[in-house]
Amino acid sequence: MSEKTTPEPQATSPDDSPEPADIREPGGTTSEAMASDVVLDTAGGQMPPSAVPAATLRRGRDQDGNGSVLHQIFTGNAMVSVLSVLLAIVLGGILMAVTNPKVAVTAGYFFAQPGDLLTEVIRPYTALVQGSIFNWAGADLAAQLYPITETLTVATPLICAGLGVALAFRAGLFNIGAQGQIIFGALFGAYVGFAWHLPIGLHLLVVILAGLVGGAVWGGVVGLLKARTGAHEVIVTIMLNYIANFLLLFLLTTPAFQRKGSTNPISPFLDSTALFPELLGPQFRLHAGFLVAIAATAFVWWLLNRSTIGFEFRAVGANPSAARTAGINVARSTILVMAIAGALAGLAGVAQVSGTEKYLSGGVAASIGFDAITVALLGRSTPWGTFFAGLLFGAFRAGGVAMQAQTQTPIDIVLVIQSLIVLFIAAPPLVRAIFGLNPRKKKTTTSGTAGSRTSGIKSGAAA
Amino acid sequence: MKLELKGITKRFGSLVANDHIDLVVEPGQVHCLLGENGAGKSTLMNVLYGLYDPTEGEILVDGKPVVFKDPGEAMAAGIGMVHQHFMLIPVFTVAENVALGNETTKAAGLLNLEATRGKIRSISDQYGFDVDPDAMVEDLPVGVQQRVEIIKALVRDAEVLILDEPTAVLTPQETDELLDIIRQLKRDGKSIVFISHKLREVKAISDTITVIRRGKVVGQADPTASPTELASAMVGRTVSLTLDKAPAKTGDVSFKVRNLTVTNHNGQHVVDDLSFDIAKGEVLAIAGVQGNGQTELTEAILGVQPHVAGSITLDGEELLGKSVKHVLGAGVGFVPEDRTLDGLVGTFTISENMILDLYDKAPFARGVGMKPGVIAENAARKVEEFDVRTPSVSAAVGTLSGGNQQKVVLARELSRPLRLFIASQPTRGLDVGSIEFVHKRVIAERDHGTPVMIVSTELDEVLQLADRIAVLYRGRLVGIVPATTSRDVLGLMMAGVPAAEAEASASAHTPSGATTSAVTEPAGHEGETHV
Repeated sequence: MSEKTTPEPQATSPDDSPEPADIREPGGTTSEAMASDVVLDTAGGQMPPSAVPAATLRRGRDQDGNGSVLHQIFTGNAMVSVLSVLLAIVLGGILMAVTNPKVAVTAGYFFAQPGDLLTEVIRPYTALVQGSIFNWAGADLAAQLYPITETLTVATPLICAGLGVALAFRAGLFNIGAQGQIIFGALFGAYVGFAWHLPIGLHLLVVILAGLVGGAVWGGVVGLLKARTGAHEVIVTIMLNYIANFLLLFLLTTPAFQRKGSTNPISPFLDSTALFPELLGPQFRLHAGFLVAIAATAFVWWLLNRSTIGFEFRAVGANPSAARTAGINVARSTILVMAIAGALAGLAGVAQVSGTEKYLSGGVAASIGFDAITVALLGRSTPWGTFFAGLLFGAFRAGGVAMQAQTQTPIDIVLVIQSLIVLFIAAPPLVRAIFGLNPRKKKTTTSGTAGSRTSGIKSGAAA
Repeated sequence: MKLELKGITKRFGSLVANDHIDLVVEPGQVHCLLGENGAGKSTLMNVLYGLYDPTEGEILVDGKPVVFKDPGEAMAAGIGMVHQHFMLIPVFTVAENVALGNETTKAAGLLNLEATRGKIRSISDQYGFDVDPDAMVEDLPVGVQQRVEIIKALVRDAEVLILDEPTAVLTPQETDELLDIIRQLKRDGKSIVFISHKLREVKAISDTITVIRRGKVVGQADPTASPTELASAMVGRTVSLTLDKAPAKTGDVSFKVRNLTVTNHNGQHVVDDLSFDIAKGEVLAIAGVQGNGQTELTEAILGVQPHVAGSITLDGEELLGKSVKHVLGAGVGFVPEDRTLDGLVGTFTISENMILDLYDKAPFARGVGMKPGVIAENAARKVEEFDVRTPSVSAAVGTLSGGNQQKVVLARELSRPLRLFIASQPTRGLDVGSIEFVHKRVIAERDHGTPVMIVSTELDEVLQLADRIAVLYRGRLVGIVPATTSRDVLGLMMAGVPAAEAEASASAHTPSGATTSAVTEPAGHEGETHV
């Protein structure tokens, strides 16, 4: 990353760059360090012209919601993501060990037979893998493969919504509103799915389109408010989540949405023509929505890396001042990116009503909108990173159920592991310190070579 | 106090920032470290100040080896440092800032600021600083803020004072005042380490000059050495400090600004009723102390300033009220004053930055699809043409040095047919070699028949580039004068004195027979500065 500014830029390649931030340096001693901080930190913070000298003014500009810390967390290096997952799994294991009464028993004779203790810790994780990837104890191939299809099914909405969060973040917007956007996508999609009766093929297409529009509207509103009035997207999206949630609950009690003859707040089943086709037959829940998620990932990759629109998004996200000076319409980008992010989250809603659930209920979005933030975080806001992070979280979810059933380990442990992952990703220096990857300690007067080796590893990971 | 650095080496990974540097600072001496940006001056001083640990080598104070674990220990040993970017808390008063980290307390842990105020007053009187201990730092001009930094060091009994690029943020007048302060400190037996790449100041103030290039000491120079010699030693090749340019061949007036007024959010007119023209093939330099409306003027032309009144026409087309994209599309090349803030996206690659305002135009894009191949090829060609030193065009632009970053901005803005070229502070923070390059490109664009507007707070730059000079003061035009106008007159005009009056008062103050050369003493001080 560019913030690794070298004090001596003339003879450097980016790989050699030391990190001024890791060296004792009060507030950026070199002019370059100061200047590059500014690049990353000014997310639209526009100061009025004043008599304050330039140097002070520049420092003052970097106070905005999307400060460098958030940026760092969302775009940190891949190594930290991987190590965070690893660390969270180890800590989760320890937690399981201390809470499992059986472990306490085996710990009593730990020194006689240490294997027993380890078995007790490893058993839940084995169940997790069995429940999420491959069940070698299954009776036939279908039973053996069932876990992986479950993982993919659960991952589908996570990936779509995660892409929505990741895309917005690349344009410098922290989209907490995936939850509301999913609800709107599901609402629009489901209504078209059960209220309209269209021929096969066309019906599903229209459902998907309606879901995209629903999400885009709910996301676009955020962009519009931000661009036109300066309202902060974090607050707006949180509030819109509430509105979407309660609107859904209300609508499900109205005749237009409530299932005939039911007193429960649930919608009629969607027409069969409005459903995603099952990919592997009726015994699996896996549906074509997963293929749509793959396509969405590829689309976002193209959008960000190969299109002028994505170029604008990234420029606005990385340095709105420079984007504006280069003639990019920052307001239009903000609205557009939130609409597309909302549409992606809306797709997650369609995947829920048209694929997994087949009807609309108050819990259609579950906690997908919030897990999506974690997924985007773990995927470092890159499309394919988000895709694989979504798969991992899908596996946690699917495997967690099996784990609880087989080993009586509460499924909450999965939540703990997820939370630990976020915690570690948010603290890269902690992860690096635990794995001994920090570049140098103070006063390593003699270990110049050791220092160069570790910084080499780090920047290798970053590249 | 005698300070010695022996064989200091500082490595960052495989990069050698300082390579066996020896340096002796004698008491009562101004020792100048001269070198380009990135030569290793600041790293060396950060080692001395305890911010970095040296990889090898030792520091001796009065002949005894010392190790500074942190700036606190360096301060305790009598070393004070004034950073290029001040380490002051804007919302604290001068006294609070000075006391910070060294607070004395009364009973019950209450701050005893009175003691600090007293010390500030006595130092202020001793050196004629004229600093009010109770003024809020954010309300002070930059020059005074710098004095507060110096006071901070002096209060802690600094015997060696390190000044890192102290004049970078100062106006010509403030620079002169700083040089006077340094002379006084020297008289009191303090040693000064003066870091700079500005030859005029270095020659004016130093007793010894050590030239550093690529992390190594390349030699000692005498202050009497010619600026060209110093510059050549610094860059490592022969450089020419004077710009060879033919007289301007001006064509029609194609760019007209009429009654331009920019109002800020407080309702103040930051640009006040400006009218000027620029002809084809002419450089109009906008001179003035920073913050006198230059930023707003250029931004108004570009179209990013709200609340603008008046008229801006280019080849008869009204630009006011048009979008930035439209203005750029009309053929305006724009180099913003702060390249890292407005000119470049630091995390983007060089290739991407080279097309930052051309990303949606052919041949770089067709429809919404971009063409990475064409973009990379364009970047490779431009990197070659503008001599951008980089390992690869896919390196993030933020990893480049300031000079190379500026070349990227110039390469982008000069790479399309222009009808107006605007550059703000085109060489701020650049070294001698890069400045020479940038100036040549600007003049080349002028000779190409483009009207050029240069905004600069550096009088040297204004005098070198301009065909005509417009001086701004508080958003108003003080006057437009020919490029042959003397520094004294320009200096007075920059303080708001009208041209005719400045002319009269400058000739009255300059002793007859005194030579006014661009590289000797700062203007207007010949009489009093020779001690």
